[in-house]
Amino acid sequence: MSKPIIIVAGNGMVGYKFCEKLLARSSQFQIIVFGEEPRHAYDRVHLSEYFNGKSADDLSLSTHSWYADNGITLHLGDPIQEINRAQKTIHSLKGVTLHYDYLVLATGSSAFVPDIPGIEKEGVFVYRTIEDLELIKACAATAKSGAVMGGGLLGLEAAKALMDLGIAEPHVIEFAPRLMPRQIDSAGSNMLQLKLNQLGLHIHLNKSTAAIVGDKKIDALRFNDDSLLAVDMLVISAGIRPRDELAKLAGLHVGTRGGIMVNEKMQTSDEHIYAIGECALYEGMIYGLVAPGYEMADIAAAHITKADKSFYGYDMSTKLKLIGVDVASFGDAFITEPDCRTILFEDTHKGIYKRINISNDGKQLLGGILIGEAEAYNMLLQTVNNKIVLPPDPEDLILGSRGGAASEGAGVMNLPDDALICSCEAVTKAAICGAVNEQGITNMDGMKKCTKAGTGCGGCVPLVKDLIAGTMKANGQYIKNVVCEHFDYSRQELFDLVKINGLKNYDLVLDHYGKGDGCEVCKPVVASILSSLWNDVIVKQEVIQDSNDRFLANIQKGGTYSVVPRIPGGEITPDKLIVIGQVAKRYGLYTKITGGQRIDMFGAHLNDLPAIWEELIDAGFESGHAYGKALRTVKSCVGSTWCRFGLHDSVTFAIEIEDRYKGIRAPHKIKGGVSGCVRECAEAQSKDFGIIATEKGWNLYVCGNGGSKPQHAQLLATDIDNQTVIKYLDRFLMFYIKTADQLTRTATWLNKLDGGMSYLKNVIINDSLGLAEQLEEEMQALVNTYHCEWKEVIESPAMRKRFSHFINAPEEKDPHAQFEPMREQVRAKEW
Amino acid sequence: METTLTTNWILACYVDDVPDNGGSCIKHGDEQIAIFNFSRRGEWYATQNLCPHKQQMALSRGMIGSTGENCEPKVACPFHKKTFSLLTGECLGEDDMAIKTYPVKVENGRVFIGID
Repeated sequence: MSKPIIIVAGNGMVGYKFCEKLLARSSQFQIIVFGEEPRHAYDRVHLSEYFNGKSADDLSLSTHSWYADNGITLHLGDPIQEINRAQKTIHSLKGVTLHYDYLVLATGSSAFVPDIPGIEKEGVFVYRTIEDLELIKACAATAKSGAVMGGGLLGLEAAKALMDLGIAEPHVIEFAPRLMPRQIDSAGSNMLQLKLNQLGLHIHLNKSTAAIVGDKKIDALRFNDDSLLAVDMLVISAGIRPRDELAKLAGLHVGTRGGIMVNEKMQTSDEHIYAIGECALYEGMIYGLVAPGYEMADIAAAHITKADKSFYGYDMSTKLKLIGVDVASFGDAFITEPDCRTILFEDTHKGIYKRINISNDGKQLLGGILIGEAEAYNMLLQTVNNKIVLPPDPEDLILGSRGGAASEGAGVMNLPDDALICSCEAVTKAAICGAVNEQGITNMDGMKKCTKAGTGCGGCVPLVKDLIAGTMKANGQYIKNVVCEHFDYSRQELFDLVKINGLKNYDLVLDHYGKGDGCEVCKPVVASILSSLWNDVIVKQEVIQDSNDRFLANIQKGGTYSVVPRIPGGEITPDKLIVIGQVAKRYGLYTKITGGQRIDMFGAHLNDLPAIWEELIDAGFESGHAYGKALRTVKSCVGSTWCRFGLHDSVTFAIEIEDRYKGIRAPHKIKGGVSGCVRECAEAQSKDFGIIATEKGWNLYVCGNGGSKPQHAQLLATDIDNQTVIKYLDRFLMFYIKTADQLTRTATWLNKLDGGMSYLKNVIINDSLGLAEQLEEEMQALVNTYHCEWKEVIESPAMRKRFSHFINAPEEKDPHAQFEPMREQVRAKEW
Repeated sequence: METTLTTNWILACYVDDVPDNGGSCIKHGDEQIAIFNFSRRGEWYATQNLCPHKQQMALSRGMIGSTGENCEPKVACPFHKKTFSLLTGECLGEDDMAIKTYPVKVENGRVFIGID
């Protein structure tokens, strides 16, 4: 007997989800999918990530083999053109005619393009598919200014894309008097606008575009008030229009403003034809989010397989990060007095706006808006959806508990079992706790595989993590960050154990506190701990060091290494500069100035490293530890010795500090900076510690970093003298070294530290733990045992021997390491 | 160590040439072979030196260790920490790639590698 045939029109996220849901319910159908786009289903929600380096493959929801493996026939680049409802057949663009038993329309939506004169000009785009993005990317390469028409959710996403593409002057044009008019109120919009302005985005509200000006290509936008805005490109994001043309042609009922009308089972006016996702119109509403689309997919699959499930509208609450600003809107966000009572919190200093609407009896949360900080979103949404009775001081929900006992009512473990945690995949609290209790799931990865929770938009991930931790805690399971499968200890615990027991090498530590044979995770962690405690020459235990630490240089493409001698504070004599030049020439090295005010020499063969360092050390250089999780540099501005603004001698102080902490191993690299005045030319506030001159002394900042998630350092102490700076730094650095998880920079460490900056201040300045003296002594011991690692190596023939590529041909260099010329120097050859 | 009649044993190096619980690289004609002295387990392994992930000649400089219930011996490439089984050469992560492995025998302080 042949299986009934289901044809799916559309291979977007919802069409794909329908296939997945149907397969999970039944294998009794033959599925055939037609898609208009040339690629298989991809994640449109995270489309803008295509511009920060994600590839089309990364965004893909499945592999081509997924369709074949599940017996699905896939026609790509071949949209269905016609439906013959009487004969139950479809006809595609490429001429395929097929019979169906059920037809599922998941044709999605297209960008709504308003009818404005000039809309057809070059440089005008929509923002919908990967192909659109590629066109935008190509145009942005030469464009200076660009505008997005539409200040809604998608419009702001598109604006972010323009910024990511390096558009110097990005604009957003919105017809309404506020941004995101469907999600947030005017006060929220003002706050959002303030934050976005700071990030360089120009926002124009109440602007209606009359024409697109330009010859062949767009030059400017002209508005109804006759003002002009010169732009090189325009992205239209003025809303979506359901793709209902196929349904209309087939005589199915559609709404007056578009959309294929469906009942609560997702059936159209023809019972054998279903419509799901953004093309479907349910009770006069188009659901333009992915979660309700997935729900519709499941309901259609349920109905076809004779299961009972219905659609009753969908919660359109949403939380997202727009250009780095958290924005959330949940429940009934717009309800106003006298139908409710409203609690508002506004902080223009930090750019935070929060509004919650509560019932007149003060018992229920109805909805709200969060701008600038939306950590509480998941719990607030759960409180609305599960009608949880509010605590006596509901303002705590957005302000946090201020003194007194933390309110018990808000905990995630107090949610009812049927609370929907992951709305994309319809996973309840009971399912998540069940996976922990019955399947022994202990982490997010396992939970994703087991329940699919968190695999959709990802918004519920923090809540799921809290539930996993909460359930484990309730079971008496102790949760901690263990180093790896070989050590059931956190780095901090291991640090203390190694110290108390005086263990001096990796094998002893593994024998006493670990199991198995170790790995590439725990070996460098233990190596770092041993170094932070005993400060012995690290290459004596070469095989537990990361490659860079093993060879005291940074491995680069092609397997050669780069060499960075220490140049404290960035100060260097002409003679030393000449030596670097001579060494680089002699060994054919590419030279570049680093971000830390020193000079990096690339392309050194492993065999040449000892000889290179012999020459450098002869000239008075020392190792720069650019290869280690250790102090890198203390950057300085030129300071009061030359600068007409300088208050103090920042270079001398930077050199003193760099020399004090050089060579000290830590959980991650450490960078410092010293600026001679408030102009902050040393960028000290982007460092793990930053010192800035004041009239009366120095201000000390800690826990900043650049990198992928830049974070400003925070003020620890003001107007302190040189000795106090060093005293606080000793305490701070040693406290960090002893307590942080591996590979955690000071900024991340502080973010996770209970009590945050005020706690840290108490420990460092007020000595609240009574540790200050000990921390200072431990640091002094490390300072006293400093040695230049490279000096140790070049003086030891046994250690030098390890610096050869072929052990059976020590003179020969790696023939695989090759170079090609570039701008009068060399670069690593591409393989 | 399984050997076949066609295995041709070449003298690769001496036991002292390879650090305890670490690796070294030897040159055999145009080939580069990584040798690992897993002294904690009293075992020796040899694999190709090229990491197939980004075509880097680096596996001999990687850290070795074990994973899982059965303590499968493995090496991690120093470039991007892709790990490979020293027994089968299979990549232990999600990636579908593998490295060549060679039989090793040690006699009188000398290390031999079996080449087909």
